[in-house]
Amino acid sequence: MGLLSDPVRRRALARLVLRLNAPLCVLSYVAGIAWFLALVFPPLTQRTYMSENAMGSTMVEEQFAGGDRARAFARDFAAHRKKSGALPVAWLERTMRSVGLEVYTQSFSRKLPFPDETHERYMVSGTNVYGILRAPRAASTESLVLTVPCGSDSTNSQAVGLLLALAAHFRGQIYWAKDIVFLVTEHDLLGTEAWLEAYHDVNVTGMQSSPLQGRAGAIQAAVALELSSDVVTSLDVAVEGLNGQLPNLDLLNLFQTFCQKGGLLCTLQGKLQPEDWTSLDGPLQGLQTLLLMVLRQASGRPHGSHGLFLRYRVEALTLRGINSFRQYKYDLVAVGKALEGMFRKLNHLLERLHQSFFLYLLPGLSRFVSIGLYMPAVGFLLLVLGLKALELWMQLHEAGMGLEEPGGAPGPSVPLPPSQAMGLALYVLPVLGQHVATQHFPVAEAEAVVLTLLAIYAAGLALPHNTHRVVSTQAPDRGWMALKLVALIYLALQLGCIALTNFSLGFLLATTMVPTAALAKPHGPRTLYAALLVLTSPAATLLGSLFLWRELQEAPLSLAEGWQLFLAALAQGVLEHHTYGALLFPLLSLGLYPCWLLFWNVLFWK
Amino acid sequence: MAVTDSLSRAATVLATVLLLSFGSVAASHIEDQAEQFFRSGHTNNWAVLVCTSRFWFNYRHVANTLSVYRSVKRLGIPDSHIVLMLADDMACNPRNPKPATVFSHKNMELNVYGDDVEVDYRSYEVTVENFLRVLTGRIPPSTPRSKRLLSDDRSNILIYMTGHGGNGFLKFQDSEEITNIELADAFEQMWQKRRYNELLFIIDTCQGASMYERFYSPNIMALASSQVGEDSLSHQPDPAIGVHLMDRYTFYVLEFLEEINPASQTNMNDLFQVCPKSLCVSTPGHRTDLFQRDPKNVLITDFFGSVRKVEITTETIKLQQDSEIMESSFKCFFELSFSKQVILTIGLPSYFCYKEDQMDEKLMEPLKYAEQLPVAQIIHQKPKLKDWHPPGGFILGLWALIIMVFFKTYGIKHMKFIF
Repeated sequence: MGLLSDPVRRRALARLVLRLNAPLCVLSYVAGIAWFLALVFPPLTQRTYMSENAMGSTMVEEQFAGGDRARAFARDFAAHRKKSGALPVAWLERTMRSVGLEVYTQSFSRKLPFPDETHERYMVSGTNVYGILRAPRAASTESLVLTVPCGSDSTNSQAVGLLLALAAHFRGQIYWAKDIVFLVTEHDLLGTEAWLEAYHDVNVTGMQSSPLQGRAGAIQAAVALELSSDVVTSLDVAVEGLNGQLPNLDLLNLFQTFCQKGGLLCTLQGKLQPEDWTSLDGPLQGLQTLLLMVLRQASGRPHGSHGLFLRYRVEALTLRGINSFRQYKYDLVAVGKALEGMFRKLNHLLERLHQSFFLYLLPGLSRFVSIGLYMPAVGFLLLVLGLKALELWMQLHEAGMGLEEPGGAPGPSVPLPPSQAMGLALYVLPVLGQHVATQHFPVAEAEAVVLTLLAIYAAGLALPHNTHRVVSTQAPDRGWMALKLVALIYLALQLGCIALTNFSLGFLLATTMVPTAALAKPHGPRTLYAALLVLTSPAATLLGSLFLWRELQEAPLSLAEGWQLFLAALAQGVLEHHTYGALLFPLLSLGLYPCWLLFWNVLFWK
Repeated sequence: MAVTDSLSRAATVLATVLLLSFGSVAASHIEDQAEQFFRSGHTNNWAVLVCTSRFWFNYRHVANTLSVYRSVKRLGIPDSHIVLMLADDMACNPRNPKPATVFSHKNMELNVYGDDVEVDYRSYEVTVENFLRVLTGRIPPSTPRSKRLLSDDRSNILIYMTGHGGNGFLKFQDSEEITNIELADAFEQMWQKRRYNELLFIIDTCQGASMYERFYSPNIMALASSQVGEDSLSHQPDPAIGVHLMDRYTFYVLEFLEEINPASQTNMNDLFQVCPKSLCVSTPGHRTDLFQRDPKNVLITDFFGSVRKVEITTETIKLQQDSEIMESSFKCFFELSFSKQVILTIGLPSYFCYKEDQMDEKLMEPLKYAEQLPVAQIIHQKPKLKDWHPPGGFILGLWALIIMVFFKTYGIKHMKFIF
């Protein structure tokens, strides 16, 4: 036909796409990777700036001087904690009340789906203690939160001491326009999750907790504090939250301005900030930080208890005090002053933080890449899938011209249901079948879950031998081409959606999965393709990411350590899905793994 | 040497002017003095002070306005003649570490909020509509007197505005803005409704000069803190309160006003010199082309002060021993001064010291103001662009040429096609 377009020109275009398909694909892939690497260079990475008018400058007076008090509180807390072996709830209540807060407790309990071996917990029950400082001259409609997560492995007693000393200092000020909640949670993130769910009166993870007796209005911002020493050499800030959510960039800007004002050494991803962005060194250092951020964001884990606040659209970040071998150290007063300044500026807020970016990448504390600039990278990668699909479509079209329509042939849709079923099994069976597994094999529950995961994952690879008999053998070429076309579109769709919500994950998966997905076909060096396909499967990507992550942190893994870490990460991934609602595990098992299996099917098409 | 007239004008009920014929005593030097004395031609002063921004971080705009309020009040404009509009209540903001105060200087000596501030329009009442209604007098009848600008054609009005602006507009609250064209039209309405004699417009905002560039009504002098394309900057950062306490331009204007007292002879040219670029960072601008008088003859107190003309003379004036007049005026505060005619000004606006029964018989005597053009004449003084028109002879010649060329080309035989 050609009612609206010129068929001749369209055919010419089609020929061009067909003839230049391979070079175009390579070019597009290289462009995507190059674009990503270029993100750290100054025209693409911009200097951060404060967008929120109400927090415009650091022009507030920090009067906090309770360093001794904070240390005394911390010592007492540590002593009481040691004595009771758990969070000293009574002592905390008493102390919070003595500094003039309205104190409440909340008890919670949670039975994990299987024992958490990293944190050594299974049946968890604990108590959160929180004190509310009411704004003296404002209605309790808005609040800020300062939270300290106390866990089994992180004592955080200095953080609790500083929290109490700050509470005492804040209580003496009359300029608060928002209530301030001082929250100490037990079992670190589990406690935070329980408190947040109860505060917002929802139950999304099956947590059993007592209702909250006191509330303080909509939470505008939260700061989580982790400190385990009396002095710190630097403060590390973590922004990546659950499912790769990020707080508004203004909150980070606020922290950074107070870092500069107080002369504190602040780091991001544990990396020092490069001074000079004009030469090559700065951007290269920035690239390390950026890659670390991408890996952390892609993991979808809450990196600190701030990550759980982000689900409720509460802007939050975690500050970690690092005590390394550096000579120059800061005491608690310096940290307290930075926190006081931040809270006072947050107190000036009139609306939720919304002026600055919500989607960004950070190559440094003072540099960011906005979403408009990093999206083309993943766009180029997905273009490869599009081009390849177009080529297949045209080839199928041309083949269809000469051939009779097979009519009623099972076609490419046959491997789809088994693949999806494998995905579903991968999602459901490990947790469901852990008890059966422990009865029949000499393993613990956590091990059983991980091993079942790997077993089902590997079993998926055996699928083509089972399905190829079902597929009709007429027009063999058309069959795999149609299947690959469907798989390509499916993958492109999934990766596109993931990249929109969590760029890092989308980009990471696209980088690994796209080239082999484009290559997969049942002819040529099959073993090579098979090896490549296995190497770029979601699980292998996870393993590779772990190695890359440790490499970037300058703590390289040996192969055995890497494997152990991989097993732990699998278990953590499943646990985090059940306890916090992290979506990486269902995404991989229900979405990407079945899709990847389709390519496996294409490769072993007969 | 007698009270000849007592007149109440329909437009103003605020002051009564009693004209006394005093021709014989007037010496020439007194006449000069009197001319100097009455050169501005206004009989009352008004001020409209507007802060258009709300929110805590705009503390400085409220402080600006309150400081100007203090200054004009010190120089004699009473609360009844000041319309004060504040878009937010900084004193009671919960973020204020010093509750119930507003400071404009970091030495914290003067609380400009004080105990005698009359805010006429506050918070959400400060809207473009209300502001324009106040200026043009189109106000619902239920509006109390304190919220009205009851000026007349003898009023000098000071309009001070501060807030966040851009090229050609000033933002009100967080939701609307007034454009420079709307403002210019409002001033023209005021002029046509004879609501002012002279008007001084001061604005402290980013790109402030854009706000006065559209004015076209006579007798307006305008000042702005910055030129188009420039930002106005803040001053007086205070870490204890946590915000800036004032804007640069207003800060230096107030510093200048501190030296002014009701008898000061400082003129407008001095005000134009305030806050040079080295201090202000922005470039303050002014506009005087609409103004009838030379700025160097215009006293600062013509706008910032109130008309309280007092001349101490050694001569004794005998007022007519009219018992009724004395009775009505002895309560009133009055000032005497000499001129060709002695004018006795009854200065308290809240008193009505005129006599209705005397009005009708003495009304014939025309009211005279020194050096004041009639209003009609001032209106016609508006610069009127006259179109250039070619002289009639030239046009006649041109037509003749066209017809000649026509006949030359086509000859007379074509005439029938024309007629």
